[in-house]
Amino acid sequence: MELLRFSTAGSVDDGKSTLIGRLLHDSGGAYEDQIAAVKKASRNGMDFSLLTDGLRAEREQGITIDVAYRYFSTPRRKFIIADTPGHEQYTRNMATGASTADLAVVLVDARHGVLQQSRRHAYIAWLLGIPRIVVAVNKMDLVDYRREIFDSVRAEFDSFSAQLGAVKPYYIPLSALCGDNVVNPSAHMPWYDGKSLLRYLEEAPVADGASAGPLRFPVQYVIRPDQDFRGYAGQVASGVARPGEEVLILPSGRTSRVKSVVTWDGNLQAAAPPMSVTVCLEDEIDISRGDMLVSAVEPPHAARRLEATVVWMAAKPLAPGRGYILKHTTRQVRATVRAIRHRVDMDNLAHHPAGELRLNDIGAVTIETHHALFFDPYLQNRATGSFILIDPLTSETAGAGMIAGPCADDCHTGPVTGDERVARYGHPGLAIWLDGSLQTARTLERKLFDLGCAVCVFDGEAETVTSAASAARDAGLIAVCVATDNIPPDLSPGRLVHLKDHEALHIDLEKLLEANSRSFIGGDGI
Amino acid sequence: MLSHLKALEAESIHIIREVAAEFERPVMLYSIGKDSSVMVRLAQKAFYPATIPFPLLHVDTTFKFREMIEFRDRFACEIGARLIVHTNRAAIAEGANPFTLGTRKCCSLLKTRALLDALQEGGFDAAFGGARRDEEKSRAKERVYSFRDAFGQWDPKNQRPELWNLFNSRVNQGESIRVFPLSNWTELDVWRYIDEEDIPVVPLYFAKPRAMVVRGESLIPVEHDVPLLPGEQPQMVMCRMRSLGCTPCTGAIRSEADTVPKIIEEMLRFRRSERENRVIDHDQEGSMEIKKREGYF
Ligand SMILES: Nc1nc2c(ncn2[C@@H]2O[C@H](COP(=O)(O)OP(=O)(O)O)[C@@H](O)[C@H]2O)c(=O)[nH]1
Repeated sequence: MELLRFSTAGSVDDGKSTLIGRLLHDSGGAYEDQIAAVKKASRNGMDFSLLTDGLRAEREQGITIDVAYRYFSTPRRKFIIADTPGHEQYTRNMATGASTADLAVVLVDARHGVLQQSRRHAYIAWLLGIPRIVVAVNKMDLVDYRREIFDSVRAEFDSFSAQLGAVKPYYIPLSALCGDNVVNPSAHMPWYDGKSLLRYLEEAPVADGASAGPLRFPVQYVIRPDQDFRGYAGQVASGVARPGEEVLILPSGRTSRVKSVVTWDGNLQAAAPPMSVTVCLEDEIDISRGDMLVSAVEPPHAARRLEATVVWMAAKPLAPGRGYILKHTTRQVRATVRAIRHRVDMDNLAHHPAGELRLNDIGAVTIETHHALFFDPYLQNRATGSFILIDPLTSETAGAGMIAGPCADDCHTGPVTGDERVARYGHPGLAIWLDGSLQTARTLERKLFDLGCAVCVFDGEAETVTSAASAARDAGLIAVCVATDNIPPDLSPGRLVHLKDHEALHIDLEKLLEANSRSFIGGDGI
Repeated sequence: MLSHLKALEAESIHIIREVAAEFERPVMLYSIGKDSSVMVRLAQKAFYPATIPFPLLHVDTTFKFREMIEFRDRFACEIGARLIVHTNRAAIAEGANPFTLGTRKCCSLLKTRALLDALQEGGFDAAFGGARRDEEKSRAKERVYSFRDAFGQWDPKNQRPELWNLFNSRVNQGESIRVFPLSNWTELDVWRYIDEEDIPVVPLYFAKPRAMVVRGESLIPVEHDVPLLPGEQPQMVMCRMRSLGCTPCTGAIRSEADTVPKIIEEMLRFRRSERENRVIDHDQEGSMEIKKREGYF
């Protein structure tokens, strides 16, 4: 038997509890004693929603409503339903329920057609990367099972999901109350030749795309029972771990080969998502929780500045500059939200500028982490593309993030390169040996500074000036050197200029910057 | 494509490893029942080939079936796990017992109080429990990490949303968590896993003739000198236990199922809520809810 997780969303009174109750009952999921109790409680006939009325009762008592998980199975599959309330206040619950779903069932009341709410539910399902969406057009019995009503809902919904760029939903006309097309095909809708909801749920392929991607194996726990065994335990996020395969270890950047994939039930030839295994490598490498074993051929992005979409879940709003703890796979790093790009208006998907994100808001942000993350865009890999933000003071889970990619501008990792410095300062590093006074050096510094250069003055014995100036030059700065003992600094050639005192006062920056260890003694100065 | 049991196993192992990695002193509650027997096997798998890096804790009310205690000691030493047994001696000394106190008070003394004291004494900041969401409607919304204040009490308002398989393990001063690796398992999943993995379970689960007091619909085990009503005589009844609690609070069910496959087949036929004949839940509407708020599982 396979496992399918699906989320359900619908506005109040669309019939979600009835639909789920019907699924539980008709598929034999609900326990008999609960059915007997419900029969007694239902006024006329079987009120299936009472089987799952947990949410409704709480709605009336205003208890913070959450995601309710329900379970049923058929001979072919075990199902986990993440039942989330439909009210717009509960975006965070819908996102939570959707995060682990392989499929979303979005309910539409045939009488009302596609409402704002239904668009919101479809948007969140798409945002959270649910591969498959079913639109259940419910209460068909109240519209005389008329085909054109079903067709109009489908047309409207198709255009909306096309606008999202989402996969085309599967549409099912049904009546949760009467049971049409829920478990058994409907006698009242001969014009519909598609599957009943349960049959679709039984046959929908479960997300196995994850094993096709490149290897991503976040290390959870290092297992060292004695000196001769050292294994890295974790759950395969994507790709397949195989003995003999070369892997890259992040962050160290070293490579090794998988020696064995160990489990209690014996060593495996291959481990695919979502298996939890223990990987042993051929080389003795210092690896700890939070590291990641990845495909050497197709490594993930590695960056400290990311663009991400965030669902805000805390009462305290998200504001730029605020620090959080970010948990990504098995790593926890300090992170700061650098900017809020925009907030998403969930009714029409328009982007609005926003100074902060409030509870249940969804927005695009730039986040900077203390240490680099190794990630893939969320829509490619939900496991390495997702993160949560934890409030360092209250420890609450404040937000959920889906990484779009490294942040567009200056996003590099590893040591700062020369090009990056030139891009940053607008000029290459340069050393100027001034055959003149400290006073002249200061004047030259002011001149260059005002021209936008990164410049500094070094004065003292030649030896100290030499080491400081060469370091500054390598760092891309312009170093003006004045040697008190009048011995020229022992600077290697290349990016070195020798100026006389008078020349320093009317320099031409262009020429200066073109200078390359040529001395400029001459009437016109430079 | 992974079977549903292998998928559930992988998820539970992931949870157990996360807690072991991110908490100072975890402990695994071992109630000797079928659920915690599965949970212990998952812990073995999570750290293989090493042993389980945290102790097991049994809260012994002293009113358990004798067979459970024998099984407990044998099983713990077989798997080389460190077993802590804790009893609320003070309450027992003052005569706390289920017959006179009624289940609600007795449980809060011999189970809840005992558990809180044991967690306090051991300085444990994370306690694994075998509770499953589908056992009871009020558990449908229970998290995998259930946050408890310094007194071990559960407050719905400070539970956290859980997305993907990313668990927020930061606790504030004095807080601890209960962790439910079997959240997504059903009773059927548990029995099928026991069958597939041939995990040893207490023989009380298997049908055989047992001395029972027949009282209306319920079969009350004759142990711990259960007080008989006038004219009641113990009878030998072919029966078995569906779930294991204290003897006075666990009704048996008439059954012929004396093997795991037969239990599974009976369940498919029977589909009676396992909670239905455990007296704990019937004492009071939402009693499980009340017990959770007090710090019980
Ligand atoms: N006629 C008709 N009524 C339905 C159908 N499904 C649900 N209902 C009714 O719509 C009302 C709301 O149903 P419920 O399941 O509680 O909606 P929820 O708020 O989405 O959970 C109840 O009175 C149901 O009996 C249906 O398919 N046909």
